[in-house]
Amino acid sequence: MSDPVPITVQVNGRRRRAVVEPRLLLAHFLREDLNLTGTHVGCDTSQCGACTVLIDGQSVKSCTTFAVQADGAEVTTIEGLAQNGELHPLQEGFWEEHGLQCGYCTPGMIISALDLLQNNPDPSDEEIRAGISGNLCRCTGYQHIVNSIRAAAERMAQQ
Amino acid sequence: MSTQVGPVLPKLIGERVRRREDPRLIQGLATYVDDVKLPGMLYMALKRSDIAHGNIRSIDTSAAEAMEGVELVLTGAQLAEHLGPMPIGTPFPAPDHHSVATDRVRYVGEPVAVVVAEDRYLARDAADAIAVDFEELPAVVDPEAAMAEGTTLIHDDFERNVAVEGVYGGTGVNAETAQPEDDSAVDAAFAEADVVIKQRMLNQRLAPNAMEPRGVVAHYEPGRDYITVWSATQNPHILRTLVAGMLGMGEHQVRAIAPEVGGGFGCKINIYGEEYTAAAVSKMTGAPVKWIEDRTEAFLATTHGRDLLGDIEIAAKSDGQILAIRANLLADIGAYQVLLTAIIPTLTGLMMNGVYKIGVVRHGLTEVYTNKTPTDAYRGAGRPEALYFLERIVDMLARELEMDPAELRRMNFMPAEEFPYPTVTGLVYDSGNYVATLDKALEVADWQGMLAERDRARAEGRIVGVGMSFYVEVCGLGPSSTVPVGGWEHSGVTIERGGKITATTGSSPHGQGNETTFAQMLADHFSVPIEDITILHGDTGIVKQGIGTFGSRSQAVGGAALNLAAGKASDKMKQFAAALLSDQEVSAEDLEFVDGRIQAIGRPEVSKTFAEVADFAYIPVPLPPGLEPGLSEEAFFEPENNTYPFGCHISMIEIDRETGEAKLLKLVAVDDCGNVINPLIVEGQVHGGLAQGIGQAMFEEVVFDQDGQPLTASFMDYVMPRAADLPHFELERTVTPTPVNPLGAKGVGEAGTIGVSPCVINAAVDALAPYGVKHIDMPLRPERLWRLIQENGGQ
Repeated sequence: MSDPVPITVQVNGRRRRAVVEPRLLLAHFLREDLNLTGTHVGCDTSQCGACTVLIDGQSVKSCTTFAVQADGAEVTTIEGLAQNGELHPLQEGFWEEHGLQCGYCTPGMIISALDLLQNNPDPSDEEIRAGISGNLCRCTGYQHIVNSIRAAAERMAQQ
Repeated sequence: MSTQVGPVLPKLIGERVRRREDPRLIQGLATYVDDVKLPGMLYMALKRSDIAHGNIRSIDTSAAEAMEGVELVLTGAQLAEHLGPMPIGTPFPAPDHHSVATDRVRYVGEPVAVVVAEDRYLARDAADAIAVDFEELPAVVDPEAAMAEGTTLIHDDFERNVAVEGVYGGTGVNAETAQPEDDSAVDAAFAEADVVIKQRMLNQRLAPNAMEPRGVVAHYEPGRDYITVWSATQNPHILRTLVAGMLGMGEHQVRAIAPEVGGGFGCKINIYGEEYTAAAVSKMTGAPVKWIEDRTEAFLATTHGRDLLGDIEIAAKSDGQILAIRANLLADIGAYQVLLTAIIPTLTGLMMNGVYKIGVVRHGLTEVYTNKTPTDAYRGAGRPEALYFLERIVDMLARELEMDPAELRRMNFMPAEEFPYPTVTGLVYDSGNYVATLDKALEVADWQGMLAERDRARAEGRIVGVGMSFYVEVCGLGPSSTVPVGGWEHSGVTIERGGKITATTGSSPHGQGNETTFAQMLADHFSVPIEDITILHGDTGIVKQGIGTFGSRSQAVGGAALNLAAGKASDKMKQFAAALLSDQEVSAEDLEFVDGRIQAIGRPEVSKTFAEVADFAYIPVPLPPGLEPGLSEEAFFEPENNTYPFGCHISMIEIDRETGEAKLLKLVAVDDCGNVINPLIVEGQVHGGLAQGIGQAMFEEVVFDQDGQPLTASFMDYVMPRAADLPHFELERTVTPTPVNPLGAKGVGEAGTIGVSPCVINAAVDALAPYGVKHIDMPLRPERLWRLIQENGGQ
């Protein structure tokens, strides 16, 4: 086992320092070390996307990223979306349109949708479906998720 | 005369109320089992078998034990000194099944040793460091070969590897006469037939794949001889009962908590070896112990669903009248029986009647052991298999007779005026109006237009087909005579000081939204704002009793229990209000709840606020005669019958000639689940059910090789439906309330899954009918479809 490594990561706007095993997964660093348990682990092989976070603005699956790879980077998790008690338009959209049931895939789904809307602020339904194809949801059949993201896009366009 | 002025509360039942559980879920603030952290908590990992069948010669745990930070290492044989074989919930004879194998392994992934360590990664390292020496035995993989003479026995006491064998279903029209009989009636019906169609079909093995894997935290407190178990389970009360039994404790010494649970779909009904093992090792170490499943473990060791082979026959007259169904069913149940394993395939025969007036339904069922992961409930549990077989064979009959599949179905429907309808399989369908639902589906889908569109597409050289199915299912599980673990549900309603309401329910949800629907019901019942209501669930320390969430029973049974408890609480509250209003000559029977007040019917000026009455109930001076202080009531509800939702699904599919890839172009679902509390949630349930049923029809299959090695043990190999794979669903509803509970609600959790798989396959067969194709087994793999096209001159 290699020696622990010091890292510094900006997480949801807060500078966090830690000394971690090089093999520690980013998902576990967020969940265990920082107690940000909104990031979920669903598959360990980067297929399901429940663990999706933003690293320097880009969506990344944190279950197959080492914490040391995030050293010096800026990480956004689901806990960082609401600002001053105001839900993010995507969170509002998912709530309004019933875009979740058990909620387990939801944080990763919302982060992926955020990445999608950052690159394509007015996606068609087909583009939304393609955009979230790296995220699995077993509950909703995706239709309400598509509606949620479309509603969020409309909200964000008005802001 | 003054009247009360205040906000008029809208009625919420039937409204699209957004969910009250969502704020915590969309902000990452919910607590799933892996989010539970306790001081001094240890982590458990399991060493699992990597072979399908073999005797354990020896296990070397020395390297694991030598690792710093490893607290405990136990082989299955060592654990068995503390933990007996696991209980099951069915009456069928079953072999001993230990949480961790003691002397022999029977499927890949079966645990052989357990490790407890200070850290999650270390526990896995230690498990990996355990060396097991096996004497390999031949793997039994094919369920038909499993029964052959001379095949290796998986369990010595089960000859021919047969777990259950029987013939069920007679010719009668009620429970008394629907008993096993001889073949004379079915033989006579087939002799009378103008048309007989026979088809072998496989309802393939699936992995339920709730997005949250299983997990457990067990915390034994030696100081008070009490254990708390958090688990990703659908039924904490059953967990409490079984953990108590396994640890030799009483239910009063066990608290089971289902925290936020990330989906279940049937695979979190069973109480698993890992739950018992974590409890046992927590007791042994005196520390809290956590175990979290990874996805590959979930593919190996969480129960699978389906895996039923059917030889199905239909007998009919040339005008389309169905005379009889005969079925021989072979269930591949895997290596062991777990909680409900053996009972699931028995539901298939019961529902082989479908929505049709059929004189004879006779089926034989054999369940066999193989060296595979055990099966148990998976969304629909036995009914999707029945409706798949039936709706496929009925569609084949329509094709054979060159009849419109809708009209063939219509002429055989059980007539609406004959409900409650006793089936020849011994059930009594509660209510139904199938013609209305069929007509609505044909209209919404524009069936005639779809046929024309298909023909136009074919003229352009495209491979396009349309299909339909009409399902009925049995759910709302109760009474107790139909549910091995109890067919009732429990609820409590407390009016707090200040007039807020706390209610408890044994229907512990994992995505179903009961915190919202149940609050909608109470808001209407008491005419108070929904914000004043809290629904608690999932904790046996708070919810006194319960059964759990499966079989689409939350609303029909749990909701009805809530309704009953609310009725008791409101009756008592009215008595307190009447006492407060005694100078106004008003009795409890004259009072009603209106917009946060309790007032005399027709005399709104005679009233007290909800909060005033609640406060009085806790400081009742003077205490009204005959009343106990306080407002906290509870109720058990057991329905007299199951419920029978139904619906019609219609689809259009296109198959790519070059690649064999199938794409669903259209999906219309008209479902009837009786009365609806929240249409938004009902739509979500139908959508999710459709996606899973389409997943079975088009993508999903658990595959083992000839050595019993799983070939689909991750999401890289097991194809889950993704957003881009599914069409936009078009939904409509008809409403035929059930008489078996006061809400008229039937349940909707499984309907989508049950109806849609045959609908999609019927469309695919229609697409390939010009190539002479009469049947395609699920899933619609591109390679399978491409070959069918090639073999039949489809170049």
